[in-house]
Amino acid sequence: MVHLTLFEKLWNAHVVADLGEGAALLYIDRIFLHERTGSIALKGLVEKKRVIRHPESVFCTIDHIVDTLPGRTDDTLVEGGKAFIQTTRASARAAGITFYDIGDARQGIVHVISPEQAIVLPGLTLVCPDSHTCTQGAFGALAWGVGSTEVEHAMSTNTLRVKKPKTMGVSFNGTLMAGVTAKDMILHLIAAYTAAGASGYAVEFYGDAVADLTMEARMTLCNMAVEFGAFTGIIAPDDKVIDYIKGRPYAPKGENWQRALEYWQNLKSDKKALFDKKITIEASAIKPMITWGTNPGQAIAIDGQVPFPAQIRDDHQRAAAEKALAYMDIAPGTYLTELTIGGAFIGSCTNSRLPDLRKAGKILKGRKVAKGVRAICVPGSSQIKRQAEAEGLDKIFIEAGFEWRESGCSMCFYAGGESFGFEERVVTSTNRNFESRQGPRTRSHLASPETVAVSAIMGRIASLSDLNEEVGNGTL
Amino acid sequence: MEPFSTIKAVAIPLMQINVDTDCIIPSREMGKVSKTGLGEGLFAGWRYKGTSGREINSEFILNDAKYKQAQILLSGSNFGCGSSREHAVWAMVEYGFKVIIAPSFGSIFYNNCIGNGLLPIILAEKDVISLADWIVEDPQKNRLTINLEKQTVSGPEVMAYYFELAEQHKNMLQKGYDVIDLTLLRQDEIAAFENQDMKNRLWAKLI
Repeated sequence: MVHLTLFEKLWNAHVVADLGEGAALLYIDRIFLHERTGSIALKGLVEKKRVIRHPESVFCTIDHIVDTLPGRTDDTLVEGGKAFIQTTRASARAAGITFYDIGDARQGIVHVISPEQAIVLPGLTLVCPDSHTCTQGAFGALAWGVGSTEVEHAMSTNTLRVKKPKTMGVSFNGTLMAGVTAKDMILHLIAAYTAAGASGYAVEFYGDAVADLTMEARMTLCNMAVEFGAFTGIIAPDDKVIDYIKGRPYAPKGENWQRALEYWQNLKSDKKALFDKKITIEASAIKPMITWGTNPGQAIAIDGQVPFPAQIRDDHQRAAAEKALAYMDIAPGTYLTELTIGGAFIGSCTNSRLPDLRKAGKILKGRKVAKGVRAICVPGSSQIKRQAEAEGLDKIFIEAGFEWRESGCSMCFYAGGESFGFEERVVTSTNRNFESRQGPRTRSHLASPETVAVSAIMGRIASLSDLNEEVGNGTL
Repeated sequence: MEPFSTIKAVAIPLMQINVDTDCIIPSREMGKVSKTGLGEGLFAGWRYKGTSGREINSEFILNDAKYKQAQILLSGSNFGCGSSREHAVWAMVEYGFKVIIAPSFGSIFYNNCIGNGLLPIILAEKDVISLADWIVEDPQKNRLTINLEKQTVSGPEVMAYYFELAEQHKNMLQKGYDVIDLTLLRQDEIAAFENQDMKNRLWAKLI
């Protein structure tokens, strides 16, 4: 008997044709677009007079450069943004695909709304011209980011030519300490194995600490698989996935639900299946993490010191550390908790879901953002925003001094519109700390929403334990 | 897509690891719904002084006259990591690059290269470093020759390095095929898969 990993099962079920040398023509079940890169793909199809093979398999949202300020329209703070929105809308309508426009109750960040609508399901393939498509691997789907040309290919043929990646198993054993999140797990992993650590691999996450995570937290974990260099990240579906999906708009219904449940039972790596590479991490050893540099692998425990580049043996890593510390304006050996901040951001496809907002809200309740800190919260979808408001979370954020926004990608990246400002230091719940990612020479520190909330209150990089010391109780 | 055969050209060593697509083309440089008009924005954050202007930063290697008319870029591992934006590849092609040599690439970027006739070459890190060391001695004289048919990188004083490339990728680059056209020739196979799939995974179908 052949023992297969989950990845191999997903792969095998979608092979239309073998292309040799480990490549295959893979069937693509669902395609998602957004106005930033999807607009170009839709335009490309029209220019080449190509038709979409299955328009019902294609979905599109507006999230990337639409404003997130209240009362938004097609006009954007990003110069030229309006053309992206209007081209996308016109092309989506002409193509007959499902479109979540500004003002639609279902609008939101693509990787947040796809699960909300159950467009992603276990056992499917899903592509989107967006690198964080791996987020949706949390549902046991093979979901990965592609370019605009590849998504044109997927729309025209419902297939893609893919070279089979190797497989990696990453096991998080044991239990996380209180206050440690999925964001800390993935930053811990990337810091230990570098931002190219999974280059050429599809990664399956498993182990007790993964099973214990909520669906939202699993999405955070898989979201940053691409920052680990992976083709994608996946987690085998369990009852939490089934409970999450059941009854949502695109969930299978009736007999098809039963058929799906039966099919999904087999979506797990066989006990004797072999990964090409295996990594085991003790979950209890993970501390709250934060980045100090300009790639997500440059991260440390929040109470730690940034490295002394002179002590880094690898020439390239040392050069990268020196360059990053200069950019971030941090001296070697600094404790990050000594650094004051000018910005705090909670949002993005990584950490903008309801449990993220609840946890941040619990910290912010009855407290105020420090002077000199601009703090912004952007719910990941219009649905999350409504749910949060129904719970009164908006009031907590606003009273604490946060801006409360409409959903979208917002200041996860700078496209020429809003930014935190030149050389501003920002603690952010997003996924990329690249140079100028959040604004001109902005200095981004990636962390969990909890860490962002505490830092916003303290006016400096800080963790929950700092806040508890400050207020003299350990109850948070 | 222009077919690729053999080129001999000046090469630029941009020897950093993790050069991400935000650095290759910042989002602020992607102003239009277009695959063109992007060459000027290539490496904008490093190539120009300040954050939005066009004042040349003479310290950045692309602005060094020694490397003028370069068509080959050498870099460190994980080149093109990060955002899936194909604009990074369109910008490099428009600027005039035809080949990138690195120890590893971001996987989405790699596929975007193949689709746009930009040849991504993977060589061992030590080989990229020794090529870079040789190039900097006299970049205009020490030009690299890339032979796609033989899958080699060579120079007048350096031995030929063989590189791996999937046969289907090589074929596409050599012939300049539009890969979508190629796959559209396989409609029968796709339809056959869909028919069988209706039996296997009816629950997955939206109609």
